[in-house]
Parts: sequence; structure tokens; C-alpha cells
Amino acid sequence: MTVFILRRLMQSAVVLVLMSVLVFLGVFAIGNPVDILISPQADQAEITRATAALGLDKPLWQQYFVFLANALGGNLGNSFVFNEPSLWLIAQRLPATLELAFSALLIAVVLGLPLGLYAGLKPDTTLARLIGAGSILGFSLPTFWVGIMLIMVFAVELGWLPSTGRGATVHVLGVGLSFLTWDGLKHLLLPAVNLSLSRMALVIRLGASGTREVVHMDYVKFAQAKGLRPSRIIRVHVLRNILIPIVTVLGLETGAVIAFSMVTETIFAWPGIGRLIISSITVLDRPVIVASLMMTVLLVVLINLLVDMLYSVLDPRVRHGEAPG
Amino acid sequence: MTALNEPRDRLEVGNAAEMPFRRVLADFFGSTLAVGGLGALSGIVFIALVAPWISPQNPYDLARLDLLDGRLPPGSGSSDGAIIYWLGTDDQGRDMLSAIFYGLRTSLVVGGLSAGFALIIGAVLGLIAAYIGGRSEMLIMRLVDLQLSLPAILVALILLALLGHGVAKIILALVVVQWAYFARTVRGSALVERRKEYIDAARCLALSDARIMLHHLLPNCLPPLIVVLTVQVAHAITLEATLSFLGIGLPITEPSLGLLIANGFEYMISGKYWISLFPGLALLAAIMSINLVGDRLRDVLNPRLQR
Repeated sequence: MTVFILRRLMQSAVVLVLMSVLVFLGVFAIGNPVDILISPQADQAEITRATAALGLDKPLWQQYFVFLANALGGNLGNSFVFNEPSLWLIAQRLPATLELAFSALLIAVVLGLPLGLYAGLKPDTTLARLIGAGSILGFSLPTFWVGIMLIMVFAVELGWLPSTGRGATVHVLGVGLSFLTWDGLKHLLLPAVNLSLSRMALVIRLGASGTREVVHMDYVKFAQAKGLRPSRIIRVHVLRNILIPIVTVLGLETGAVIAFSMVTETIFAWPGIGRLIISSITVLDRPVIVASLMMTVLLVVLINLLVDMLYSVLDPRVRHGEAPG
Repeated sequence: MTALNEPRDRLEVGNAAEMPFRRVLADFFGSTLAVGGLGALSGIVFIALVAPWISPQNPYDLARLDLLDGRLPPGSGSSDGAIIYWLGTDDQGRDMLSAIFYGLRTSLVVGGLSAGFALIIGAVLGLIAAYIGGRSEMLIMRLVDLQLSLPAILVALILLALLGHGVAKIILALVVVQWAYFARTVRGSALVERRKEYIDAARCLALSDARIMLHHLLPNCLPPLIVVLTVQVAHAITLEATLSFLGIGLPITEPSLGLLIANGFEYMISGKYWISLFPGLALLAAIMSINLVGDRLRDVLNPRLQR
């Protein structure tokens, strides 16, 4: 158990170090920051002084360690645009991203599971075929295009739901949350549905194929022979057994949901980290690019780590059967 | 069931060398949906190939664009009466139909090339991992795990934020996020194939490792690789469109479907739906047709379903 967690921690650390090297090389070594920070009329002496002041005359590996030390100390530089610490900008936007991502996952499970269950229980009905076709569409349709269509239909044509922003938020322990107000909920619905669709398709597929396998199992037949009500058989005997692969995959997909929220946030002007990443890239706000990308990677790695540790607690096979290498 | 078994029966009496290919073809054409997908895909590829000759206008020759024709709805004529904009125009007076033809060209080239390069790199590394084993296998598979643990779009975005715009750069970024899928697939099937007798026979002939890997192992790992290739081409096209839509993929000078959709996005709120909608439908048609073909290939090439 401890060995398993230690190994996972090591792997996560390796990912983070590799990413920091990559981001450092890309942003700090390609292109000279002095050119941006100093006026074009500056003479050679001024450029040399500025270079020394920024520590850019040191060897690359020394610069990297300075960057790393600063990063570990929570100092990822000030934003060129907002003139605020980049970490503070990220911290302000983190709740919005997490709220969006978890609402999307919730919708994917709450809608996807019953649909998948139905498609698996009655695979030959028209409705089941429609659900199957819909799930294939959900896989193929690009997230950004679906988002645009949602805005076109529900915000522009029908005018039912707002298409930008977070709406009114309620502060709980200093963190702004949208889903607690009616206005915020209306703002949350479209982006959350957009982000949930491909995950929902996944839940439907896994649910349907799992159900088709499970209903032929002896324990389901036995439950039927005992004369249990169908609703109880489905709830206790079918649902519990198809949940294992779904929970597994959803855990692994949480990182992807966070990553894809960049797309959804940009389309729906949702004030989260994803939108911050895209806008900082567009205006070349280097400290924010570095900080927000690193923080997103950190978030994804931490979620993966957490999910892995959860399995080792829930499923003994994972901790004991871990293949070496 | 009998319809499925028929081609196989012929296989056993026929020429063994050419029969598997024919059986796969026959199986493939057994599905109307897949044939439809293949037809649509051929049409799209053909349009992309001949785009410069069939487009009413060169959409990226700025001298030919007339700002007076900007944001015309579908079916309007141009101000000089020369052409009819069947799908309308964008804010710069660009014919959407021509822009879509050129956009398909870029999308298919980027998707095809990046998946192709990723296949070559992934296949070679996967073969090395399976055949040589040892330390190289550990290193390669660790890299694969690392790559797959991070969402593709995040890695591609980081690379493009660092590298900047351009077709070559986006292809590079897509290759980096895709090679691991190929490497994992090839290693999986090569590990099974490696234990078979024909590999032992090739070894006894003292053939070089490279020759055994490329001429003996690789051909037998092809079926799953082809399926992964179709999925990844569709994935690459989607990813490129998404990144271009976000403004960090292709530059404005390169016609791409994602960029066209992004251009139209700001006009959609005012009801000018056609600038975003039609390029989106073209993108959808391309992705769906590739997925339909890939889905059928998966069924046809899967040995477990043949028995």
C-alpha cells in the first residue's frame, strides 16, 4: 500500500519536473525577456545591466533552479497585464473552473447512467438505438462546435438561457459559487451541459455494455427467480456491478474535463482558469501563461494521484496486482 | 451468420496470400453505413484535392475579396454579379463555399500528416519495446504512461503556447500527443506475435533484428494499427480545429475549418449563423465519415468477431 502510493507520488513528481523544464525552456529561453522589458533605444550597457539584474547572464541550469525555487516559494511572477501576482489571479479563478468541471461530471452521470441502463436492458427498442446513435455523436462532435450550437439555439434563437459569464454568485467561506442562485444556475447550465456531453456519451456506452453483460449473470437470474421486484434487481444487483468501470473511467476523465474546460470557458466567457490560459496566450502575458499552465498540470496530476489512491483503498486488486515496471 | 461465414469458407480453399485482403473488403462492404461513410469520405478527400479548381473564388487572395460583399446571407450574388455566394460570405466578403473547400484541405493535410508521423514513430518505438525488451522497453513504456496520463489537448496547448503558430508546429504538437497510442497498440500485438513460430524461424535464419521487426513483426501487427490510425486521424482533425478555434493553432493566413468557425462566432449573436454553421457542418461530415469507416474496420479486422 505505502509502496504503491510512494511510487505514484514519484511518478507525479517526475511529470511535474518534466513539465516545469519544458515550460521553462519554452518561455524563458526561447525569445529574450529583456527585449520586452527594456526600451528599444537602450544602449549595450543598459541591456547588460538589465540582463544581469534578471539573472539572465547565468548558465541556463542555474536560471532553471532560480525559477524552480521561486515557483516552490509560490512566486510565479507578476502578470504583465493585471500587474498582480499570477498565482493570485489563478486562485481567484479556480472555484469557477472546479464548479464547472464537477457540474459537468454530475450531469454526465445523472443523465448518462439511466440512459445507458435503459439501452442495456432493452437493446432492441428504437429508443435504445437512438440513445446508442446519440452517444456516438457525443463522441464525434467537437466540444467547441457543440458549444456554439448550444448558444445559437438556446441563447440566440430561443433566448431561454444566458450565454456568457457566471451570473450572480453566493460567497461561501470566501469562495464564489454560482449554483446557489437561480441566476447563477441559469448561467451554469449551458456550459456544464456542453462540457458534459462527451463524458455522458462515455457513461452511456459503458453503462449499456456493462448492463448487457450483467443481466445474463447467474446472480441476476437468481434474484429474478427469488421473485424480487425488477426495480430492486436493477438498483441493487445490476447498477452496483456496472458502476465499477464507470467510476474508474470517470476518475481518469476528470483531468480531461479540467483540460477541456479551457474550450468551454472560452466559448461561454466563463471566468475560470481555462479562459485565463487562452487570453494570456493571446496577449503574451508570459508569467500568467507559465503559472496557469503549470497549475493546470498540477491540478490534473493531483486528481490522477487522488483517483489512483482511492482505487487502492476501494479495490484490493489494484494494490496487490500492480504489475512491476 | 451464414452471410458472414461465406467469405471465410472461400478463404480456406483460395490463394492464401491475397484472400485476407479480399475477405476484409467483402466484410467491409457488408455494412451500408460504413459504405456510406466511405463514400462521403472519398467525396470530401476529392473536394480537398481539387479545391483550387472547383472553388468559385480563391478565398485567401485578399486582392480578389470585396469588402462590400461582407456578411451576405447564403444565395446572394456578388456586387459585380460575377458569382453567387451559395453559402454566404464572411466579414471580409470571402465566399464561404470556397473557404470551406480550402479549409477541408488544410484540416485533412494536418490530420493525415500528424497521424501518419505519429504512426511511424509510435510503431517503431512499440516494436522496439516488444522485441528488444529490457531497459528500452521500460523507458518507452514509462514515456507512454506519462504521455497518456495528461490530457492530449492540454499537452498540445502547452507545446503551441511555447512554439507559436504554424502548420509545421501544430503537426509537431499533434505528433507528440498521438505517438503513444500507436506505440501502446503495436507493443500489445507485437508481444503476442513475437512468441509465434515464424519469428523463431526468422531468428534461426540469422536475419537482423531490424529486418525481423519491420518485415515479419510489423505486417502482423497492422490490423489494430489501421483502426487506431483512423481514430487518430479524426482525433487530430478535431484537435486542430479546436486549437485553431481557440486562436492558438493555425495562423489567420492558413485556411482552416476551426478558424472559420471562430471567425463566425462573434457574428452569430447577431443572427449571421452561416459564417460558423457551414464550416462546422463540413468539419462534422469529415469527422463522422472517418469514424464510420473506422468503426466498421474495427469490427472487420477484429479476429475475435470473425469466429
